[in-house]
Amino acid sequence: MEAFLTSPLGVLIITVAQTLAILVPLLIAVAYMTYAERKIMAAMQMRVGPNMVGPLGLLQPFADAAKMLLKETIIPAGANRALFIVGPVLTFILAMIAWAVIPVNEGWAIADINVGVLYLLAISSLGVYGIVIAGWASNSKYAFLGALRSAAQMVSYEVSMGLVIVTVLLCVGSLNLTQIVLAQKTVWFFIPLFPMFVIFFISTLAETNRPPFDLAEGESELVAGFMVEYSSMTYALFFLGEYANMFLMSAMTSLLFLGGWLPPMDIAPFNWVPGPLWFILKICLVMFTFVWVRATFPRYRYDQLMRLGWKVFLPFSLGWLILTAFVLKVMGWLPA
Amino acid sequence: MIAALAFYVFAAILIASAAMVVTSRNPVHSVLFLILAFFNAAALFLIAGAEFLAMILVIVYVGAVAVLFLFIVMMLDIDFTQLREGFQRYAPVGAVIGGILFLELLFVFGSWQFAPEATALRINPMPADPTLTNTEALGRLLYTDYILLFQIAGLILLVAMIGAIVLTLRDKQPNSRRQDIAVQVARAEAVNLTSVPPRTGLGVLGIQRRKLPEPPKPKSLGHAGHGHGHDEDGHHGGGHH
Repeated sequence: MEAFLTSPLGVLIITVAQTLAILVPLLIAVAYMTYAERKIMAAMQMRVGPNMVGPLGLLQPFADAAKMLLKETIIPAGANRALFIVGPVLTFILAMIAWAVIPVNEGWAIADINVGVLYLLAISSLGVYGIVIAGWASNSKYAFLGALRSAAQMVSYEVSMGLVIVTVLLCVGSLNLTQIVLAQKTVWFFIPLFPMFVIFFISTLAETNRPPFDLAEGESELVAGFMVEYSSMTYALFFLGEYANMFLMSAMTSLLFLGGWLPPMDIAPFNWVPGPLWFILKICLVMFTFVWVRATFPRYRYDQLMRLGWKVFLPFSLGWLILTAFVLKVMGWLPA
Repeated sequence: MIAALAFYVFAAILIASAAMVVTSRNPVHSVLFLILAFFNAAALFLIAGAEFLAMILVIVYVGAVAVLFLFIVMMLDIDFTQLREGFQRYAPVGAVIGGILFLELLFVFGSWQFAPEATALRINPMPADPTLTNTEALGRLLYTDYILLFQIAGLILLVAMIGAIVLTLRDKQPNSRRQDIAVQVARAEAVNLTSVPPRTGLGVLGIQRRKLPEPPKPKSLGHAGHGHGHDEDGHHGGGHH
């Protein structure tokens, strides 16, 4: 048995099983996130929300999925056919492969690589391509404007996100995600680095094109932005990718600032709960905040969005980075 | 075996996509092939064990530089017939220039010699301590042995950045209206959040009518313009109408 598991075939089977073990729950979570989002927003706006399909509307996501699957895929005549398909596929794939390095518990990652944070940053910075390619290949004004907005927006917010991550890395001394979580055993980083936590969260909103930064799709001006020409499964792939990206960003926030799988305090009632459950709870908390923000805030104007990214977040996070380095050096807290 | 196979696959895709960057007609396709080439280069770095370099290549070149590239190229309005027009006329000139450059490169590489001192000075690329990770090994080399060169490179980039900003920065247009968010927020009377007690006992309130300003009366039409401004009281409930 041992020999089989270390043979190439055995390794392949184990990897596939691990991949399914993370992707299947992720996709189910994505399906129910759409339901949860509609229900939460309904509650915040004193409506009922979906309640017709199944008990309490619980089968609504499956009804939506079936509808998406059965509709006809329309490719516009003027579109670049190959790239038109590549756009949504790329978005979906990128949202999935990033999960390879997320540790759910100590040692529970498909690939526990040394440069885990850089991998996540690289994958999330690629997300813009799906949108830009879709916008260009659609050969439509609205889609193109949406793609241009999205490209500028994502590049802007990545800069401050990178600086926030560097600040966390300074406190850890490693790029490994497991090490980052273990470094938070004494105190979760959102307490000493609270302003960075806020900036990171807002940047993740911009990075995932969520309200109040959903200018790429802004339905009142651009109809649906880069998604105008998409229908059925191609649209569903964008949808799945966007929600999986939200989960990914929530997982990143939990890992970097909320102590990953660690319980709030390492004492009796808390450490009975297994680590992965804590991790899932934290992801759900951040996801709830995503929805809460959507139900609360009006959309930003585009120049205000750019101003916030470049003139507020970037100088502030740069300053805080220098301050953190200074404090760590003076107090002698720099990790070896 | 698998690593060797992967190497050949990635190398082949890299070369093929690099060729497509030069040959494809549509510049957007060129940029997309360039991105594919970057990706495969990153994969080759990974196979060589240089994980940090691979990730930085993807983050910097694919995630930032190529996005801006694509951003510009996408907006070009290209007429393909016009693009092909002068091809036969300019092809010989281009071929001659290309040939000369190629010959020059051949001469340079044919007579390339490292000074023996430089060869000796080249530091072994593998870290001295095999337990170090990529990132740590690179960091130690960069921030201890080559800190001066590193800082100079940073300064040069800073100068280039400031230069680009100075070249493109225009003076404020006298007529442009800029938003000053601080002033806007500090304006007390513009946005006021007050708690208004809901009126009770009136049932459902109707549409609120605001008193509209009297429209300027044209002199020729003395009696026109009486359509508005009848409501002296702005708070008619729906029940009263």
